[in-house]
Amino acid sequence: MQSTSHAFKDNAHEALGNRHLQSALDKMRAGFPQRRLDAIGKLPEFEDLREQGREIKNHVLENLDWYLERYERNVIAAGGHVHWARTPEEMRQIVLGLCRKLGARTVTKGKTMIAEEVGLNDFLESEGVTPIETDLGEYIIQLRREPPSHIIAPAIHLTKGQVEKTFRETHTDLPPDRNLEEPRSLVAEARTMLREKFLKADVGITGANFLIAETGSSVIVTNEGNGDLTQLLPRAHIVLASLEKIVPTLEDAAALLRLLARSATGQDMSVYTTVSTGPRRAEDPDGPGEYHVILLDNGRSGMLGTEFQEMLRCIRCGACMNHCPVYGAIGGHAYGWVYPGPMGAVLTPSLIGIENAKHLPNASTFCGKCESVCPMKIPLPKMMRHYREREWQRRLSPPAARVGLKFWAFLALRPPLYHFFYAIAAQVLGLLGRRQGSFYNLPLAGAWTATRDMPAPQGRSFQEMWHQRRKKKAV
Amino acid sequence: MSSVSDSTPAKPRVGLFVTCLVDLFRPSVGFAAVKLIEESGCQVEVPGLQTCCGQPAFNSGDKQDAAAIARRTILLFEGFDYVVVPSGSCGGMIKEHYPELLQDDPPWQARATTLAERTWELMVFLHDVRGMRRVEARYDGVVTYHDSCSGLRELGVKRQPRTLLGSVRGLTLKELPGAEICCGFGGTFCVKYPEISDKMVGTKADDILATGADTLLAGDMGCLMNMAGKLKRLCTETGARPTRVRHVAEVLAGLTDEPPIGEAGG
Repeated sequence: MQSTSHAFKDNAHEALGNRHLQSALDKMRAGFPQRRLDAIGKLPEFEDLREQGREIKNHVLENLDWYLERYERNVIAAGGHVHWARTPEEMRQIVLGLCRKLGARTVTKGKTMIAEEVGLNDFLESEGVTPIETDLGEYIIQLRREPPSHIIAPAIHLTKGQVEKTFRETHTDLPPDRNLEEPRSLVAEARTMLREKFLKADVGITGANFLIAETGSSVIVTNEGNGDLTQLLPRAHIVLASLEKIVPTLEDAAALLRLLARSATGQDMSVYTTVSTGPRRAEDPDGPGEYHVILLDNGRSGMLGTEFQEMLRCIRCGACMNHCPVYGAIGGHAYGWVYPGPMGAVLTPSLIGIENAKHLPNASTFCGKCESVCPMKIPLPKMMRHYREREWQRRLSPPAARVGLKFWAFLALRPPLYHFFYAIAAQVLGLLGRRQGSFYNLPLAGAWTATRDMPAPQGRSFQEMWHQRRKKKAV
Repeated sequence: MSSVSDSTPAKPRVGLFVTCLVDLFRPSVGFAAVKLIEESGCQVEVPGLQTCCGQPAFNSGDKQDAAAIARRTILLFEGFDYVVVPSGSCGGMIKEHYPELLQDDPPWQARATTLAERTWELMVFLHDVRGMRRVEARYDGVVTYHDSCSGLRELGVKRQPRTLLGSVRGLTLKELPGAEICCGFGGTFCVKYPEISDKMVGTKADDILATGADTLLAGDMGCLMNMAGKLKRLCTETGARPTRVRHVAEVLAGLTDEPPIGEAGG
């Protein structure tokens, strides 16, 4: 996927002025956090589970090579195939190669962020293979030719009215006077449209929430059942996943599943949890004739052993963005690539380079809410700070900010000069602001005073007043 | 530290870390903190060579300057029984981040850790360390309270200010919906991304106004200036009566003669 992360500020400006988006975000801010709270309130062991989840993933990351090889052996033992892709280009070519071999014309897809990461849909289309998204949200944004704005709720930036409009514009075979007032009628219409596509598809592509090393299985969770139809009906099932999706055992996956839906949507479990192991066996009533897994690295192995390794614990629940006040203000598209919000602020620079995403780790107030709700206890603010350190070292941060900060640090290390400046500033600004108590306009603080007043100082610095009082007392 | 020979134990020595914003913008918060710490049975000193905690450098990725400032702060304050900070943000910097910042320098990291163990945000110090449960103060009004992020999530500041405010005569506390959601200040964030910051503080200001409270309190000058600035602008535009904005320490110390943040003296 093409990134516009470098244009984050412009993207955010546009998002703040988008009335539909803002109304959709108002709903999101009110919904997700409360549902999560309700769900974990009913599970006293939630905190223990977080610790357990963290340890499971830490253990895997410390022994990733061993588990990957074990996983590969067990996929093969179950009759499946494993392909390794270092780059998005390699993954696209492997998918295309499989489609060509199978003579595939249409491909149904369950929701997969990895496919977004490698820009699969546009590529397949350009090669004459038609991809059809089957997750409702993904289906909607595919019709609108938009990228997802959230990793679990891809169309969360849209209002119901916008979806209705899109359906009327694209489903032109249906009666124009049909009633699409209720969300239910929109779902029913999408279901009707998709049913036929499921039956005709040659290949089904899904992502994976977990890959189980001990059994060679892949696990997906959905709320619509579209994943099952995608992977069971066509002749071949292709799983797209990144390396760090591995967990050792089914029990480990079960522990993480208990964290996932609660953190994501506030459900105890997603409606469908599907474990797939290999292709259809002789005694199976249904299933795909071929089962392929393509494992993507795309920079992840380079994060191992660095200060960003912990990011690979992420299970893609979206809790960090659901709770992030910055995401809540601008939505997901502003971040400019596949992964928005706090997790994207760390993952995006890791995968596409900090020079292409230098705003993202800076666009955070470090309020810490993301870390506090992350089921895997990923220290997101700390890692964003590490990226700021890299930007500082590589002089990627804005020159004006660097000069300002250097001057301030120079003062902070020279107390007499620092206090002299502060005493003068307190006096001058205090005098100028005395009548109003605040500034409507202030040179050098225009970014602040454009939309809010700058409170005026009281007139003298604390240090000056304190030490003068001490002197008086001593006399 | 010092040998005490007489029968009454010496009062603990507290070093007050003033913070840049209190020093420059609102000395009354510093004097309120001194009064409260003294009321909790301690003696207060204010090292004259202190400057900033170094957080702006630390959060901008300038580790070198941040570490140099941290070492200076440690030198100045490591002789005290306690270090008290009227800010969750600067307090969190010293208590949570100094040891991490200096981790490549073991001797200094050890000194940072020792200092961190003795460093407290003002509300936590009064309530948890000194066991203070009530204050002698009066404030007539309905107040609402914003939980500043660093204080809340790094240092656990939540019930302490509420318990103490509960003892202020004439004061009614009306909880703020979304009190734990960031106000959009974020240090340099508010000038690096002013539009996003403004959207966040606008949402916060709406929530504050919806409570109907006449006063907003919090424990961090950065957040307070951001919220006060936005409230003032909104009230100027609509002609509404401005919400009074104060640091919680001013109300607890009964030092509310100075005009509220962003307001002119009457």
